[in-house]
Amino acid sequence: MKPQPVALKVLNVVSVLLFLAALGMVFLYAPLEETMNYVQKIFYFHVANAWVGMLGFIAAAVAGVVYLVKHDQKWDIIELAAVEISLIFFITTIITGSIWARPVWNTWWTWDTRLTTATILEMIYIAYLLLRQGIEDPDRRARFGAVYTIIGAISVPITFLSIRIVSRTIHPVVIGATNGTATGSFNMAPQMLFTMFFALFTFSAIFVTLFWHRIRLGQLAQQVEQLKLEEF
Amino acid sequence: MLEYSVSIKYMLAGYTVFLAVPAVYLISLVIRVRNLKRDLQTMKEFQKKNPK
Repeated sequence: MKPQPVALKVLNVVSVLLFLAALGMVFLYAPLEETMNYVQKIFYFHVANAWVGMLGFIAAAVAGVVYLVKHDQKWDIIELAAVEISLIFFITTIITGSIWARPVWNTWWTWDTRLTTATILEMIYIAYLLLRQGIEDPDRRARFGAVYTIIGAISVPITFLSIRIVSRTIHPVVIGATNGTATGSFNMAPQMLFTMFFALFTFSAIFVTLFWHRIRLGQLAQQVEQLKLEEF
Repeated sequence: MLEYSVSIKYMLAGYTVFLAVPAVYLISLVIRVRNLKRDLQTMKEFQKKNPK
């Protein structure tokens, strides 16, 4: 494995610093929301995690398309890396959403439109990882992965738009007009909005850093697999 | 309005998840890289001992 490039080392440091700055903004800069008070602070990282999660699933689909065009294994590595990291961010979104919901909605979970579509999205990509493992031939596996992520990506806009299309939902809409049945909505002060966008930027940087590390791991795994195929 | 003590409890739980999940993932990345490097080393040694 080649040593980490300087750009990646810089990204490692920048990601940590941005994360600490984002934490500082959430706790020291963003004002306390009047009704939910402290638990509302989950919102900043919750939205940021959901954002990078969805971004990664779309990136995986793009990598899938490129693989089908070029038939180059490196795009399969990129696709797998994007899915794996997005799953981590998205499961964090679901868990923290549930923690926020307990005091605000008075329940850990409800089969609301957004929660249901988000769960289906997560399941689709968990299944992707499981199914991939069952295919030994690298080319078949990559072809399967490419087609799967392209079709799977359809669930991303469905999840994003679900609370904007369905009128009876309990989940608040962050950007755009919220509906009357939503519980836990709040008026965002300019400092809150700025903190949210800073968190989005921070988690995008963290995503890129992790993505790069995961691609390097994928390249190493490919090298090992290639040697095993040659020998056995 | 939520009670501060209740609200803080859930906020702390949320931020624990925000820190713990990526931390576990990072550890898994480090372990996987270490294992793959070991596998690569083993394969190279095997090739040296058993040239085609």
